[in-house]
Amino acid sequence: MAAVMPDHLHGEHHGPTGLMRWITTTNHKDIGTMYLVFSFIMFLSGGVMALTIRAELFQPGLQVVQPEFFNQLTTMHGLVMVFGAIMPAFVGFANWQIPLMIGACDMAFARMNNWSFWLLPPAATLLIGSFFVPGGATAAGWTLYAPLSVQMGMGMDLAIFAIHIMGVSSIMGAINIVVTILNMRAPGMTMMKMPLFCWTWLITAYLLIAVMPVLAGAVTMVLTDRHFGTSFFSAAGGGDPVMYQHIFWFFGHPEVYIMILPAFGIISQIIPTFARKPLFGYASMVYATSSIAILSFSVWAHHMFTTGMPAAGQLFFMYATMLIAVPTGVKVFNWVATMWRGSMTFETPMLFAVGFIFVFTMGGFTGLICAIAPIDIQVQDTYYVVAHFHYVLVAGSLFAIFAGAYYWLPKWTGHMPDERIGKLHFWCSIVFFNITFFPMHFLGLAGMPRRIPDYALQFADFNMLASIGAFGFGLSQLIFLAAVVKCVRGGEKAAARAWEGAEGLEWTVPSPAPHHTFEEAPVVK
Amino acid sequence: MSLAGRHAVAVSLVIAAPALQAQSRYNLQPPATGIAAQIYDMHTLMLLICLLIFVIVFGVMFWAVIHHRKSKGAVAAHFHENTAVEIAWTVIPILILLGMAWPATRTVLEMKDTRDPDITIKATGYQWKWGYDYLQGEGQGIRFVSNLSTPREQVDGKATKGEHYLVEVDNPVVVPVGKKIRVLMTAADVIHSWWLPAFGVKQDAIPGFIRDAWFRADQEGVYRGNCAELCGKDHGFMPIEVHVVSQEAYAKWVADRQAAMAAAASAGAREWALAELVEHGAKVFAANCVACHQADGKGLPPAFPPLDGAAIVLGDAPAQIEVVLKGRPGTPMAAFGALLSDADIAAVITYTRNTWSNKTGEAIQPSQIAAARGK
Repeated sequence: MAAVMPDHLHGEHHGPTGLMRWITTTNHKDIGTMYLVFSFIMFLSGGVMALTIRAELFQPGLQVVQPEFFNQLTTMHGLVMVFGAIMPAFVGFANWQIPLMIGACDMAFARMNNWSFWLLPPAATLLIGSFFVPGGATAAGWTLYAPLSVQMGMGMDLAIFAIHIMGVSSIMGAINIVVTILNMRAPGMTMMKMPLFCWTWLITAYLLIAVMPVLAGAVTMVLTDRHFGTSFFSAAGGGDPVMYQHIFWFFGHPEVYIMILPAFGIISQIIPTFARKPLFGYASMVYATSSIAILSFSVWAHHMFTTGMPAAGQLFFMYATMLIAVPTGVKVFNWVATMWRGSMTFETPMLFAVGFIFVFTMGGFTGLICAIAPIDIQVQDTYYVVAHFHYVLVAGSLFAIFAGAYYWLPKWTGHMPDERIGKLHFWCSIVFFNITFFPMHFLGLAGMPRRIPDYALQFADFNMLASIGAFGFGLSQLIFLAAVVKCVRGGEKAAARAWEGAEGLEWTVPSPAPHHTFEEAPVVK
Repeated sequence: MSLAGRHAVAVSLVIAAPALQAQSRYNLQPPATGIAAQIYDMHTLMLLICLLIFVIVFGVMFWAVIHHRKSKGAVAAHFHENTAVEIAWTVIPILILLGMAWPATRTVLEMKDTRDPDITIKATGYQWKWGYDYLQGEGQGIRFVSNLSTPREQVDGKATKGEHYLVEVDNPVVVPVGKKIRVLMTAADVIHSWWLPAFGVKQDAIPGFIRDAWFRADQEGVYRGNCAELCGKDHGFMPIEVHVVSQEAYAKWVADRQAAMAAAASAGAREWALAELVEHGAKVFAANCVACHQADGKGLPPAFPPLDGAAIVLGDAPAQIEVVLKGRPGTPMAAFGALLSDADIAAVITYTRNTWSNKTGEAIQPSQIAAARGK
């Protein structure tokens, strides 16, 4: 850990300046910032794709893009948002906050940390650059189902390599987080005294290490089917297209928890702060998170009820999936019980946190409805599913990311975020979010398939409404940019404990947090 | 949130008034089979249970949000951890889930019971159309291809869109009312999914494998669905249309179909004139080839190669016949030998060799196709 050895320049940056500072940095705060900036750029790129999709779907008929390019957009929107925006954003939070929360001086493997970030820009370049190769980007859906993905042009190969590189980055980031949490906690901070954000990330990191290699295997098999004459997913050569789906979703289902567990952690930090009351059931939250993670490995085939598995298979995966509602319910009940008889204030982080609970839970209910195999067979691959996973991924993960950003911006920048701008961002986001995605439930129930560039006339009015909402939601995110830029440049000075009810080690260091913190470990009683 | 709230009210009103069911744009399509009706009722029940839990949980939360505010002088209590409460909110949801699993299990088992069908139909997914073979029961031997019949001008906005825009086909599936119909699904290229919402049937069609599902439609009528699994460029343009008709109408349809197939078989036995082949070929091209190779023959390279000026079209006929009959594995070019008659294939090949800038003047006869098949 030479890079974080204490020296005379406590609290000050030292070493190269300018661009080289960012390329060579091994400081967890610098790397966290780079992750967050990177994920915001990817969020805007994926957002532009989403808005192009919604522009095409504004009216029936083909007006803006042709079907092939439309499929490229839906595919790349999914890949960019999942691997480029949501996952790196949470790693950014982990980098900034985990050392501060457990009283460590930095991440365990500081140089590997630098490398795991700097793998991402080349991966993103491959992914987004694939739009410009002959045949365009892959158009097989973000799930990249074989044999359709075997048919694609060279954009598919670029996507496969991008996924490999991002997977390597995620695994290294996850190992770093596990080792940091297990080895570098301040004296006296036992596992069961650790902030919940660290707990949820520890469990998430194990999920990442377990499933990213599975995804790498799946896309590598697609690669060899494409170019080297293997037949993993081709019946003509003795393979099975459905096997791809089993392998993909064995990664894919834990992946959804990879994208939501850190969000649960952020919300579990924010609610007690602004309710000025300890979390109702700390231990049960830890157990609930662990049970969700364990169950997530035995539910993957609920994405595949229409592939035609035997009745016993359908029933097993239906029951296992329904069980996930229990620990998820425990979490929601805990948050509500924490708020009960608190002394609440509603600054922007709390608004996003309460908004998260409200809207995420709606996504949880539709998830339960989708768990029922016969109903799922009706709504699978329709807009109902699109509505469901945007309720948990946008109103869930993304809102938690916003909540966390507003919550910790004072620690990162030394300034309080502008409450007026933050509240405007919240209200625009939640209103436009619901205008966009609520009508999609009706579209799906009434029979509109997903991933289609054009649709039958009975779906016209809800699609128009959803498109209007989408543009409103997209533009609202520029308010977030304005809020962050303003906060970085100046504003009300933040105290070390920026929020009145905030607890935890990160609030014991000055705001903004100096370049090096906890060079001598604090003692937790 | 106000909008979400208003929609929630709308949903509950629709559920409360079954009379509205037929016109509902907020709910599952009106069921036409027993299974679809079970699914419809199960969904309604689930939605009501979820709404009830929603109201209770968020009633509590918003009560707290309104009353337990610092600005109202609320002082934070310091309770936390309560074993009884925590056991209650773990056990009660499990009981609710058991109540939900029971009817679902029954329906799953019933959906899987494809035994003793009256009629068996094989549905084959192609990029981007459906092929149907009546394998067993009345109508055995009937086979046809079902293409989207919405004209391209409507898609491009050059004509007014019809009532059944994108959910209409040239050759619908016809089945008798009240009979158990088993559908075998498979595919020729990539995964498709045969979905008819009103029947509660959605089953992926997987290349190289056969899966099955069944339905028994209670009422005569026209039912429409779509391909539900992303299958490439024209995934949104391969609908499914099923006509449920009376037993007499079905018998008549079977007789007509069989007569038409006999006529098509004899068409393959005679010599055709060049102009006749080109004229028929234009129709076959419009139904089967135009999505990829385009009306102007320029294709959409690199995925979909041009035919205008292409070496394969201007070269020796047997090579082109071979490609059309057997397809090009690993590309969307399907093996049309299994789909089209000798006369159709001869006509469409003749058409491509005598349209756009291609002027070979050659007429390919159905007998040449039959000979090529025999090889």
